[in-house]
Amino acid sequence: MQFTSLILSNIEVSPGYWRMRMTAPPECAAARPGQFVMVRINGAIDPLLRRPFGIFDIGTHTPAQSGAVEQPYMEMLYRVVGKGTAMLSTLHGSDLLDVLGPLGKGFELGAPDEEKLIVGGGVGLAPLYLLAKELIKESKVRLFAGGRTRDDILCITEFERLGVECYTATEDGSLGECGLVTEALLRRLDMLKGKATIFACGPHGMLNAVAGIASQRSIPCQVSLEGYMACGVGACLGCVAPGHSHSAETPDYRCVCTEGPVFESGELKWRE
Amino acid sequence: MKPDMSVNVAGISLRNPVMTASGTFGYGEEFAEYVDMASIGAFVTKGLSLKPRAGNPTPRIVETPGGMLNAIGLQNVGIDAFIAKKVPYLRSVNTPAIANFFGSTVDEYAEMARRLDEIPEVAGLEVNISCPNVKQGGIVFGTDPDCAASVVSVCRAVTKKPLIVKLSPNVTDVVIMARACEDAGADALSLINTLTGMAIDLNKRRPVLANITGGFSGPAIKPIALRMVWQVAKAVKVPIIGIGGIMNATDALEFMLAGATAVQVGTASFINPGAAQKIAEDMEAWLIANGVADIKSLIGALET
Repeated sequence: MQFTSLILSNIEVSPGYWRMRMTAPPECAAARPGQFVMVRINGAIDPLLRRPFGIFDIGTHTPAQSGAVEQPYMEMLYRVVGKGTAMLSTLHGSDLLDVLGPLGKGFELGAPDEEKLIVGGGVGLAPLYLLAKELIKESKVRLFAGGRTRDDILCITEFERLGVECYTATEDGSLGECGLVTEALLRRLDMLKGKATIFACGPHGMLNAVAGIASQRSIPCQVSLEGYMACGVGACLGCVAPGHSHSAETPDYRCVCTEGPVFESGELKWRE
Repeated sequence: MKPDMSVNVAGISLRNPVMTASGTFGYGEEFAEYVDMASIGAFVTKGLSLKPRAGNPTPRIVETPGGMLNAIGLQNVGIDAFIAKKVPYLRSVNTPAIANFFGSTVDEYAEMARRLDEIPEVAGLEVNISCPNVKQGGIVFGTDPDCAASVVSVCRAVTKKPLIVKLSPNVTDVVIMARACEDAGADALSLINTLTGMAIDLNKRRPVLANITGGFSGPAIKPIALRMVWQVAKAVKVPIIGIGGIMNATDALEFMLAGATAVQVGTASFINPGAAQKIAEDMEAWLIANGVADIKSLIGALET
């Protein structure tokens, strides 16, 4: 679906990280956690391509004016990394955006009696909030949020408000434990009694480590990938990721935008 | 009064001159949600080969000002899966489907043309002799007039379907290539394919694309494409399909003035999946606003 969205707010939540709320058509209320949207920053040709963003949250906006009708909204959490996102961060309430989505395959929520372990690195938390919101309805949810510094740990209060138990780790020790978020995850797994499922999104190195842990301990794990993509609808084939049987001789690529962005970690090829 | 938007390219009747470019429109089905196929002239499939191809390592695409580079590496399902899985969709739409294809040898080109010739749902063939991203994916055939002519003639010998040859801009003189293909039996020429280019990540001191170089497309290449279409249109008799950075109806109509009978919309479909339909509609609106009764009157009507 392609729609025009009205920006409701665009706020810097941490240095370099922004959270944007925008109106969305009613169909977006059915978006699954892990799905994404392709946003055209402006109508000009630079930036030319849309930018993909995970859906951070979905809700209902009640305008302050009396008599105004309620309207669904969608939120994106994004990091300013280049020209496109820098321009996006300069937009204000009442600006319009051209949006394509929701796109892709989201997370499978799993069985209610399992513990849900969510691992997010930096802006990788973007698709995990909507996920946590769904999972907490039926399961115990723990979040492991990691980053280089405290500035990379985003929106933890929001997760806590849902009732999610949050663990944080930073590489410089400026917030939470000093070290990698996977260490906190491992400690929790050591104490685990029943079944669990892992959900992860973040830098590829972190996903690689999480996928390794999940495979070693035979815990189901879903990861959400990023990819350079032009279209978001499976046509450009720019965003592929190597599948588990991939090798230079027998290539096996999966399309991130249509077969993902969420994959069972075992479907993909990881570094040993 | 509604203007006459129809054109004929190499025996394929198009309800309007807007086609979609190979590699930017999947096998058609991917865009069914966004484009009313009955609103466009024709669509062209992703480039097909005898065997499936997995394509290049990533990163495969990068944006540059006004354009993008891609080095997909001709990833495609292969002819057998195309017939089994993609042709049923072609049958379901009332719009000509043109199969783009390539080979790594002259024999492979001929074999592909022969296989595609047998598919009733395929309205025409577009020979890719110009992919810049694989060692034997065409560019060797697309930069040497004798090689190009040999590919075109072996394909010509095995198919009566309309045969379109897609030309590379990465040559010293595109007119020499165009004439060679026309003489070898091409029914139409489409141009231009992407220009070879590259992007560098200064901080990593590395090329951005895993393939190092890629094909440059998007609005930035339009002036080059227009110039080449204009040059070729003056030199050959077969119809020309103009391609290169078409983002809107104005761009498309400019290509027709330069001598194109039809156009292909490529990168624009990535940005707006409904771009081809919108462009066709806006072209008609332009004709109405300017009192042009028949779009064919614009072909090559450039005043110099």
